Amino acid sequence: MIEARGLTKDYGEKRAVDGLSFTVEPGVVTGFLGPNGSGKSTTMRLILGLDRPTTGDVTVNGKHYRDHAAPLHEVGALLEARSVHTGRSAYNHLLALAQTHGIPKRRVQELIDLVGLHDVARKRAGQFSLGMGQRLGIATALLGDPSTVILDEPVNGLDPEGIHWIRNLLKGLAAEGRTVFVSSHLMSEMSLTADRLVVIGRGKLIADTTVEDFVERASEKIVLVRSPEAERLRDALAGPGISFVDAERGALEVHGLSAEQIGDAAAAAGIALHELTPQQATLEEAFMNLTREDVEFGHVEEGVAA
Amino acid sequence: MSAVAARVPRLEHVGRVTQARVFLSEWTKFRSLRSTLWSLGVGMLLTVAFPILFAFVTSARWGHMSPEERASRSPMDIALAGVNVAQLAIAVLGVLVISGEYSTGMIRATMTAVPKRLPVLWAKVGLYALVSFVLMVPAVFVAFFASQAILDRHHILQISISQPGVARSLLGGALYVTLVGVFALGIGAIVRNTAGGIATFSGIFFVIPPLMNILPTSWNNAISQYLPSEAGRQLFALQHADHTLTPLAGGLLMVAYCAFVVGLAAFLLVRRDV
Ligand SMILES: Nc1ncnc2c1ncn2[C@@H]1O[C@H](COP(=O)(O)OP(=O)(O)OP(=O)(O)O)[C@@H](O)[C@H]1O
Ligand SMILES: [Mg+2]
Repeated sequence: MIEARGLTKDYGEKRAVDGLSFTVEPGVVTGFLGPNGSGKSTTMRLILGLDRPTTGDVTVNGKHYRDHAAPLHEVGALLEARSVHTGRSAYNHLLALAQTHGIPKRRVQELIDLVGLHDVARKRAGQFSLGMGQRLGIATALLGDPSTVILDEPVNGLDPEGIHWIRNLLKGLAAEGRTVFVSSHLMSEMSLTADRLVVIGRGKLIADTTVEDFVERASEKIVLVRSPEAERLRDALAGPGISFVDAERGALEVHGLSAEQIGDAAAAAGIALHELTPQQATLEEAFMNLTREDVEFGHVEEGVAA
Repeated sequence: MSAVAARVPRLEHVGRVTQARVFLSEWTKFRSLRSTLWSLGVGMLLTVAFPILFAFVTSARWGHMSPEERASRSPMDIALAGVNVAQLAIAVLGVLVISGEYSTGMIRATMTAVPKRLPVLWAKVGLYALVSFVLMVPAVFVAFFASQAILDRHHILQISISQPGVARSLLGGALYVTLVGVFALGIGAIVRNTAGGIATFSGIFFVIPPLMNILPTSWNNAISQYLPSEAGRQLFALQHADHTLTPLAGGLLMVAYCAFVVGLAAFLLVRRDV
């Protein structure tokens, strides 16, 4: 369980995180979404006490992270930036971290096998590919059998098989009752993995909700209508905040009205309808709609899709 | 990559973080980097090799030296010649022990495992001091006996280990290098950058002292003795001028400098973001 209250972090003039309050509950996968530079990685560093908040507070399982007697047993983290000495082998890296908590060597070997690094465990980590480095980071995160797992863009650099594995791993961890907090740029990934979402833009909270609710909230009302009397229908529906886009084969996309409203208006005007289909926004679109104003670096489409 | 399991095995028991465990962890880190082993090896080699080299050169040139030149030779200068060179290797490694964690990002993993942070600094300082001293003591004694053995073949510059100050100078040489390592580690923790750390250390130990010679002699004599390098080297100096500290005072002052630098590093470590 992670609880942030009014969490704020300034780097000089720059406010990276701005009054964030949210709760990450155990037993589900919580996705952490936001455009580039919105403060996701900073928030995660604040949770781990690597950076100190300017104001506000964040606790893990009821305590500041640094006040836990066995921190690695409380939280396992994969950070965005690589956190491994390039000159040390994966085995010795894990062993050194395990020893701070008296975790046995057996466990180190177990995790190396779990993430599929047994063939390269004695090689210097500096020679690892991006995906191998990511796997080592995940092994590091799971070393202490943590009740809370924090992963910053874990699928970065993983191959399809690795992505599939992470997806199952996260769900498995949540099913065991652990708290799973994972940031990602891939909305499609989140829609497959996450149950809840914390969405931020420019360091501020935009949404703290379920995936369905988020899509619902962010969906602009769009309904696809087909009618033999399209022109009359337009006139009947026209109003402030309502717009029309011509779709293929005489269909009309109505923006700003629900299917019920359109059906009722058509009936009142005596206009026949051949099709009336509400369009559900994807998580991707929902995210873009909600964060459009909050995107730091312009170019929403490229920025988010990247 | 090979197939991997999706379930994480449970861990029956997780201990709390203790200073002793952090010490063991730092030992694993220390011994598992090739660069540390190299630096230590080179440091020890230089400590032994330079005295042997100087003993040979001095023996070979003895017949050509004037009486004044002969009088200016000292067996302890030869025996401890390597200390001056070894200190550089030990200092560079001292900086690297901590700056290497910052440059690679390892520090984030370290401080996530030990979020109270200070146990890591204490462990690094303690471990590095212990390792340096344990390696330097045999190195200076080997250097002493080897150089004496070479000089003995020409029956020149003989000095006994039992003569007053000789054993103290040898141990003092090892202690000096150890303290230099601790000082450099502290600098590395403050600067958090390898190049910057080595530059800062070199400035304090190798650049400022010769600059003092530009000052009027009376000023130079008054000030220089209190510089860390000058104070520290009294630990292994056999003779003492009026304007140098005693071995004990010099050694204590050097310890005080180290305490100050490590203290400042500790203060900054808990205050700064990683
Ligand atoms: N150590 C730092 N010093 C100064 N500014 C920083 C620091 N860390 C982050 N920032 C700034 O804070 C803002 C938030 O950065 P952060 O890395 O948390 O964003 P993010 O959501 O993780 O972005 P991305 O999706 O690109 O990973 C950015 O504008 C960044 O430049
Ligand atoms: Mg980030």
